[in-house]
Amino acid sequence: MAEAIVQVHNVTKIYKRDKLEIPVLQNITIDVPEGEFLALMGPSGSGKTTLLNLIAGIDRPNSGSIVIAGTDISTLRESALAKWRSRHVGFVFQFYNLLPVLTAYENVELPLLLTHLSKKEKREHVEMVLNVVGLSDRMKHYPKQLSGGQEQRVAIARAIVTDPTIIVADEPTGDLDKKSADEILLLMERLNTEFKKTIVMVTHDPRAAEKAHKVRHLEKGDLLEN
Amino acid sequence: MHVLKLVTKNLLRHKLRTFLTILGLAFAVFAFGFLRTIVTAWYYGVEASSTSRLITRHAVSFIYPLPLSYRDQIEKIPGITSVSYAYWFQGVYKDNSFDNFFPRFAIDAETFLEIYPEYVVPYEQLEIFKKERNSCVVGKKIMEKYGWKLGDVIPIEGDIFPGRWDFVIRGVYQGRDKTADETQMFFQWSYLEEQLKQRTPYRSGQVGWYAIKIANANDAAAISENVDALFINSSAKTKTETEKAFQQSFVSLSSAILTSLEVISYVIIGIILLVLANTIIMSARERIREYAVLKTLGFTSGHIIGLVAGESLIIAAIGGCLGIAFTFPMAAAVAASFPTMFPVFSVDLSTIVLAMTFSLLVGVLAAIFPAVRAARIKIVDGLRQIG
Repeated sequence: MAEAIVQVHNVTKIYKRDKLEIPVLQNITIDVPEGEFLALMGPSGSGKTTLLNLIAGIDRPNSGSIVIAGTDISTLRESALAKWRSRHVGFVFQFYNLLPVLTAYENVELPLLLTHLSKKEKREHVEMVLNVVGLSDRMKHYPKQLSGGQEQRVAIARAIVTDPTIIVADEPTGDLDKKSADEILLLMERLNTEFKKTIVMVTHDPRAAEKAHKVRHLEKGDLLEN
Repeated sequence: MHVLKLVTKNLLRHKLRTFLTILGLAFAVFAFGFLRTIVTAWYYGVEASSTSRLITRHAVSFIYPLPLSYRDQIEKIPGITSVSYAYWFQGVYKDNSFDNFFPRFAIDAETFLEIYPEYVVPYEQLEIFKKERNSCVVGKKIMEKYGWKLGDVIPIEGDIFPGRWDFVIRGVYQGRDKTADETQMFFQWSYLEEQLKQRTPYRSGQVGWYAIKIANANDAAAISENVDALFINSSAKTKTETEKAFQQSFVSLSSAILTSLEVISYVIIGIILLVLANTIIMSARERIREYAVLKTLGFTSGHIIGLVAGESLIIAAIGGCLGIAFTFPMAAAVAASFPTMFPVFSVDLSTIVLAMTFSLLVGVLAAIFPAVRAARIKIVDGLRQIG
């Protein structure tokens, strides 16, 4: 078995709303081996998106440790965590979250602005990933000129352009019709099998979960045994 | 693509809003610059004053004359290199309208223009002026305004000195410096004296004030005291002060208006701040989700602050530049319309620097609250915002 690239140990997350404490995750432990395609499922409010956010380093646990590719991200300071995210995480959102004022090319190029790559190298990277997601002919299109499926493919291109350690996807097919959802799932599967990307995906959709190697269920903040 | 390009693209997201904000800023900066130019124009006489010149006038008021005989006594005081004198003539040219007003002085033809080298008269013209009793020298601006030529006669109806006075233009002076007033008319004091002896003999032998050139500006206070001490027991006591203080005393008559103008100009800066802050706060609030996405991608709080502040600064800079640009043609129009009221009316470098500094400062201040708010927002909270 491959070494766990994501190690979540005894993680607890509690949200505070005024004086009210809402436990979202309780003592969660999960390992994700390198090259894995993991689907996290569960009803609304089960804590799956929170767990995904913690793995992606965009939220912090109240206790426990999260080690990704050897780095305990729960101990990193804010600026170090931002730098770590730019290098190691590719995030795919349910609602794509492309910047409407930028073209497909420019949206994909965004994460590369934080690197020291030359202009030529950036162009090569962007063109390559847009080719991978099948949107070479849509580079100059703005998000509003693209369909939902195409927007999500641009978002996936943006997520992989830095060649991240892991890809986290929060209901990537949740806002798409069946045909587009199938295309996105196919692309995710291809990223995992062809490009050996480790993927952690949150989904409600059983068809999406079928594409994953492994499915884990959360309920009321607890990770259920398989 | 650079981050600056993202700032620019954000600026163009709501073109009308950005355009109106820039326009609002431009008009506010224009109003600020224009008011400052008026205040500066008012002070031009003070700014143009020499530190090595003193003015001696009647201690009670400027309107009372001094005896000509004081001149010889003043000249003997150590530190004084030359003494001249002048007399405010006033009079009416054409009619009493303000448009036809320009300052008219009787001066000592031999010495006055030597003490005031900023009024440059061609040598040949000056020599003729000195020799011809009823001649005069006029500033270039009024020469052009009235279309006069050398040799023309300027008829003036006297008021302080009643009667008709005809002056022949024998010279035209130009300002050596930008601040020199080119709207005055100088004629020979000796001509005035000659006429007064015939018309009102009891008013002869008097001057309006003495202009004193001193060797060292640092001695101004001591020499002023020495001059006034000479006449302390005379019926016409004197008050001697630097030319700057003398000019300042005229400006101080309008100090309430000038202070109001200055206050208004700073109030305008406050209004600009509110206008821009409102725009930037709106823009930043609309983009909270996008800032959260950028942070997810690895952009730091510093980047987010840069995006918000960059947008604010660009709007402020463009608005500031446009506002300053608007000020120039307006200043030129005022200078052309009121040449005698504002002999020097131009946009000062200090006004440009001040307007631009305030514009950029407003750009920074307007961005502080929305930038810090956008930078502090937690990613998970930002992603929940509906864009």
